[in-house]
Amino acid sequence: MASGSGSGLSMEDFESLMKTSDVELLKKAWRNEKAAPEILQFQSSLVQRSQEQIQLMEETIEDFTRSGLDPLIVSVYQMDLDRTQYLLRSYLRIRLQKIEKDMIHISKTDIWNRLSQQEQKFAKKSYENMKKYLDESVLSKFPIGYQSNLKQSNASEEDDMVPEPNLDTFVFCKSESSIGSIPLDDSGDEIVDLVA
Amino acid sequence: MAGQSDPDFSVFSAAEMEFLAEDEMIEIVPNMRMEELNLISGDYGPFLPRIATEVPLWLAVALKKRGKCSILPPKWMSVERLTQVLEAERDSPKEFQQLPFHYVEISRLLFDHARDDIPDIYMVRSLIEDIRNVRFHKVESGLETISARTHAVKLKNLSAMEVNIVRPFVVRTLQAFYKHDSPELIQQPAQMSGRRPQVADRGPRRDLRRR
Repeated sequence: MASGSGSGLSMEDFESLMKTSDVELLKKAWRNEKAAPEILQFQSSLVQRSQEQIQLMEETIEDFTRSGLDPLIVSVYQMDLDRTQYLLRSYLRIRLQKIEKDMIHISKTDIWNRLSQQEQKFAKKSYENMKKYLDESVLSKFPIGYQSNLKQSNASEEDDMVPEPNLDTFVFCKSESSIGSIPLDDSGDEIVDLVA
Repeated sequence: MAGQSDPDFSVFSAAEMEFLAEDEMIEIVPNMRMEELNLISGDYGPFLPRIATEVPLWLAVALKKRGKCSILPPKWMSVERLTQVLEAERDSPKEFQQLPFHYVEISRLLFDHARDDIPDIYMVRSLIEDIRNVRFHKVESGLETISARTHAVKLKNLSAMEVNIVRPFVVRTLQAFYKHDSPELIQQPAQMSGRRPQVADRGPRRDLRRR
């Protein structure tokens, strides 16, 4: 949040921007993804950079081990690598879990665009598998007019068999700096003061 | 274990909270020489005997475990400072005192791995426990004020672990109220002064989205 004058970044903002390492960004993405009920925008360049750094580090550690560097130092590098890998893997897995949970909904709305290419492939395949399974095991045995996996019956006007993520759920958020008053409803009566 | 099979993936496990806390910086005094570390998470060092350096907590614990350093307890972890905090907590039933966001996890890690570096460790430990208890009681009494008209709950200065413990309950409670609230206005007691779990009321329920 840029504090102070309107246009441009203040000195502190610039500094904090420079200090935000990829690990910090990855941690943030992981935290947000975990806490949000719906899937968020895929951070493709962040993931790309993290993967490259991990790759590089893996090679570096191999070199270290080969050259007989002090095992303490090697283990420290390894720990740092493990931590970063954990963040990345957990981030990707949470997203996969969300996709699995809401795959129909995701396939049918704009949320599709928040997925990476590989995730889209995964979502498509999962949906096809699930649909096939439901069709073969149950739906084909229902009377005509009730065989859709999207609608309860042909009489339904919309796809009411599609579970949606609960966007009305409550989440915890923490502000990083004083944002001031935020109105909570349309009338502007209820406000909440977010301070650092 | 990077992905649990837990369907409720919005809940952070205690281990994950500790993981986040382990990135907090802390000062160590190495007893050996080591060159600069260029890790993915940042550059630390170089390390010289008896020269204090700042490193992330996970690194400090790793080095301590191998007997390569001693850890300097953070300033807030002194008996004087904690006694002040405890008294302030007891004196202000509506606010939480400012404490490091990860104070629970940090103190836990230090108790487990750096006992000999903490002066008066038993006193410190018992003070922190008391602080946790007092704060948690405040959270509990704040929760009692949540009603159907609650828009948002503001918990200033609550720490990471405390947030994590109450998160499932608070979320489910607020959700349940949101879903089931009654349309008639319930007479609310006068707005609480001060900053304790501040509960913002909303008016009669309006449908915000088509269901």
